[in-house]
Amino acid sequence: MNLLHFVTDFFGRSGQWHGYDGIPQRLAEHLEYSLLALLLAAAVALPVGLVTGHTGRGGNALAMLATAGRALPSFGLLVLLFTVMGLGLAPVMIPLVVLAVPPILVTTYEAVRSVDRAPVDAARGMGMGPARVLFQVELPVALPLILSGLRSAAVQIVSTATIAAYVSFGGLGRYIIDGLYQRDYTKVVGGAVLVAALALATLGLFRLAARFAVSPGVRRS
Amino acid sequence: MIRFESVTKRYPDGTVAVDGLSLEMPDRSITVLVGPSGCGKTTSLRMVNRMIEPTGGRILLDGADLREQPVHGLRRSMGYVIQHAGLFPHRTVADNIATVPRLLGWDRRRARARSLELMERVGLDTAMAGRYPYQLSGGQQQRVGVARALAADPPVLLMDEPFSAVDPVVRKGLQEELLRIQAELGKTIVFVTHDIDEAIRLGDMVAVLRTGGRLAQFAPPDRLLSAPADAFVEDFLGADRGIRRLSFFAASGLELTTAPVVRDDAPAGDPAGAAADRGGAPYLLVTDAEGRPLGWADPARRAAGDRELVPYGRTFEAGRGSLRSALDSAVLSPTGWAVGVDGDGRVVGVASQEAVAAAIRAAHAAGRYPEAEGADDADARDGGAPEGTEPAGVA
Repeated sequence: MNLLHFVTDFFGRSGQWHGYDGIPQRLAEHLEYSLLALLLAAAVALPVGLVTGHTGRGGNALAMLATAGRALPSFGLLVLLFTVMGLGLAPVMIPLVVLAVPPILVTTYEAVRSVDRAPVDAARGMGMGPARVLFQVELPVALPLILSGLRSAAVQIVSTATIAAYVSFGGLGRYIIDGLYQRDYTKVVGGAVLVAALALATLGLFRLAARFAVSPGVRRS
Repeated sequence: MIRFESVTKRYPDGTVAVDGLSLEMPDRSITVLVGPSGCGKTTSLRMVNRMIEPTGGRILLDGADLREQPVHGLRRSMGYVIQHAGLFPHRTVADNIATVPRLLGWDRRRARARSLELMERVGLDTAMAGRYPYQLSGGQQQRVGVARALAADPPVLLMDEPFSAVDPVVRKGLQEELLRIQAELGKTIVFVTHDIDEAIRLGDMVAVLRTGGRLAQFAPPDRLLSAPADAFVEDFLGADRGIRRLSFFAASGLELTTAPVVRDDAPAGDPAGAAADRGGAPYLLVTDAEGRPLGWADPARRAAGDRELVPYGRTFEAGRGSLRSALDSAVLSPTGWAVGVDGDGRVVGVASQEAVAAAIRAAHAAGRYPEAEGADDADARDGGAPEGTEPAGVA
């Protein structure tokens, strides 16, 4: 039996498209965890990245924090937090947020810091205050890079959110974890394919967002 | 009027960028700050809109200390043009120009109308309003930069090496455009450059600064060329300042003769005609029926039916040109005679190198300086006084 058979088998199963273990339900759960984690990570990382990038200070501290964050294994952190905090959404969210903060933080900082100084100087010289300079000049110019940071964070969250199932939460990880226990490899492969497809869809979504949000004047690069 | 009173900028590490600078920048004129790198010219400019705060002395704008004015309001009341233009890459040309009007709370419609008006003023096609900066050439970007600075009609314009990043041909065009705009609008312009030729071309007053931020000389360009204050200024002015100074003398003082000018369709005339009949010229200047120059001809060979012409070189505009262009024309001409033309390129008359030299001596003698009281020592320095007594314009 080859991989393709697993896939067609999985999507052809009866009951696969409805019910509490159906694909729509699991997909919705997965999206919910991912979106929540991304929003939390962005809420932490974007302001810090924007402000440090604008002032140009704190770059070294950020780099250290980012390296430390990347070194933490999400799965290990999940198990640890689960044993400490018990059953709840927090042990799931924290590893995902820790995973997503470094790429958003570092790219945002770098993106804002590397904005050409000439327009920034011109903006100040024309009488824009720091907030106007940041939001009317630096942010729009840095936006393509900032979005790329968010995009890689989002893709990592989507693929890592499978671990929620390990601590009895739902999401597409359910198929993979349950499949492994039940030695139902059709289920494992089907779940993996769904996660991969969702990650690709995320990429597409960000591409679309960039098209609408980024000015044509800076998009070409 | 912008007035610097013993302005000093000393950084915490002890570096002195500007050292006790005192000068007055007159209203409605262009004051150029020029000097080698590290002379504090940009620092001085940036202290006017408080991008940098002085550590000593004060700067007055129309009698009021700059420090007493709210900084953002002050900056919005001064146009600011920088090297590479510094346009906002994410905004269209029209939106870039509308920056300060929008900051001042103008509505969108009014700001846009103003943008289009300014595009025309700086010589940009309004069809470019929707373009982004990356779609423009360097020269066009800098025009947008100037338009953006003028958008809210500020009385003061600060320009920090605005034309130094474009090629010489474009730069010349931008300089001409700036002089034209200035003639129309009469702004108080502070202009920073490291290019002394640009300073002399644009400045009504030129401040030469030396390394360490000290003022070496503050004078009109003509006076700077004729009477550099010291060896540093003289060295900074570079070679042939005597020739360059001639661009401040009008060629209208040059006496032109039409004696050797003949139309191509005119009869050949007397081959033996005395040189005196041609105003002393060994050649005839042949023009077409409209009076535009064609070239020089040898009278004897022309009488013999030889229609060959010697090229006339380069002409100068007799009414509006300078003695420098007249001299250039005379030097470039194969016959040694300069050809003066009117605005339409028709020959007004010709002048020999000797006549140009006489006109130069006469101009020096007349001492045509904007500030008359300073003319005497300037001429003494030039060593022009003795020759200057000769009669003017012997053509």
